[in-house]
Amino acid sequence: MRHVYLDHNATTPVLPDVLEAMLPFQREAFGNPSSVHQFGRRARVAVDDARDAVAEVLRAPASSVIFSSGGTEANNTIIKGVAQARRERGRHLVTSQIEHPAVLDACEALERQGYEITYVPVDERGVVDPQAVRESLTDQTILVSVMLANNEVGTLQPIADIAAAARERGVLMHTDAVQAFGKLPLSVDDLGVDFLSFSGHKVYAPKGIGGWYERSAATLQPLLHGGHQERGRRSGTENVPGIAALGKACVIAGADAAAEVERQRQLQQRLEHGIRERIDDVRIQGEEAPRLPGTTNACFGGTEGEALMMSLDLQGVAISTGSACSSGSLEPSHVLRAMRLPRPYLHGALRFSMGRSTTADDIDYVLDILPDIVAQARSA
Amino acid sequence: MQYSDTVHEHFDNPRNIGVIKSPDGECEVSNPACGDIMQLTLRIVDARITEAKFKTMGCPAAIAAGSITTELLIGRSAEEPTPLTRAEVNEALGGLSPQKKHTSVLAEDAVKAALKDYRRRQGI
Repeated sequence: MRHVYLDHNATTPVLPDVLEAMLPFQREAFGNPSSVHQFGRRARVAVDDARDAVAEVLRAPASSVIFSSGGTEANNTIIKGVAQARRERGRHLVTSQIEHPAVLDACEALERQGYEITYVPVDERGVVDPQAVRESLTDQTILVSVMLANNEVGTLQPIADIAAAARERGVLMHTDAVQAFGKLPLSVDDLGVDFLSFSGHKVYAPKGIGGWYERSAATLQPLLHGGHQERGRRSGTENVPGIAALGKACVIAGADAAAEVERQRQLQQRLEHGIRERIDDVRIQGEEAPRLPGTTNACFGGTEGEALMMSLDLQGVAISTGSACSSGSLEPSHVLRAMRLPRPYLHGALRFSMGRSTTADDIDYVLDILPDIVAQARSA
Repeated sequence: MQYSDTVHEHFDNPRNIGVIKSPDGECEVSNPACGDIMQLTLRIVDARITEAKFKTMGCPAAIAAGSITTELLIGRSAEEPTPLTRAEVNEALGGLSPQKKHTSVLAEDAVKAALKDYRRRQGI
């Protein structure tokens, strides 16, 4: 059976060159970067080189890049760390209704500690209005956190404008860039953010590595205390193989980012045109908004996403539902609800997310089998 | 969401899918929380269920629950108030996760509603 993986927003395979880059640090170069001997020094060089590579992708100074276990830890550290460091200045944070659970749940944890959170809405295209953020800021606001690219529908948020609004009021700005990092050209100065989170396994590095950018160390209370690794910002012996892998993944991403964006943009158009041509009563979420090139969220009226997903899986196509139903909740996706998607479509969402290995043949295969699967679901 | 082999099997090959023409009992029930809808039609001869067909708009567990419900119903008495319980549906499907138990509730609701419709038609 043919296998087509279109779930790259969930995770990506480790590229062969990335695996090669990390293997020495699992084998002979196993040293602890804090050790002074040659084993330690070799590991230290690898960590420093990787930090340079990540900094290059972000157009940031290397000293502003901190490695962590991944995007969730980065988001938690920034949100809780700023709340802790600035609690004397205020106890109000602003975020959006379409954030990843790593941000939303961290904010809810702060609410339970007495912080106030404003969840600004999005329009029907799935985009936050910077003016809505501006109007939500008070003298008590200490942090604004809005994602750069949404994981479910791929819409890009106007981070530079939102950051400008925050800066006018002396409020710190964070963006969860996990879905954009390594896929789109980025610059922390153009974005105007104080913090930015990223993850390795969305960009062909392994699970368990990620980190964040911070403009100034003074604005954040670390979550993990211990051996003063990462200049005391994030203690714990460095995941050297993971860090080396992430560095290599960043070098690869930087080499052909623009060409890959264009290639995936064309595949996205091929998929969306094909779906529209072959299937009635479908809505492509966020199609009027700037979006990630390889993410398509299609909602098929009168169907149930998980059933479609399992039928596609039987024919070798791996995608995910746009609905949180499959992850154990009865509620449809909070992102689709925030976009005010009408009820007949809410449960019938599929997320296709492409990657470096995706070909036009893969898309054509999906377009061959999808119409019958949707028709079957509608007749059942 | 992990499913049992039985759920997978019924989802891949649902039994008795469709609608019986001029049935002796029928219903459509829904779960507003998750959007699942189940339609059940029954043929009942001498107070015994001889044919059962279903249509479900819902997740794989809901489709499997509808499918196994029709299998279990055929041959049973239509005079019992609850000839099939949610526990029986759940057990027959190899155990549903807590998040998917509601699909067995929907199946039980459908059986009750279709038999209520049957009794109304019979003037019982």
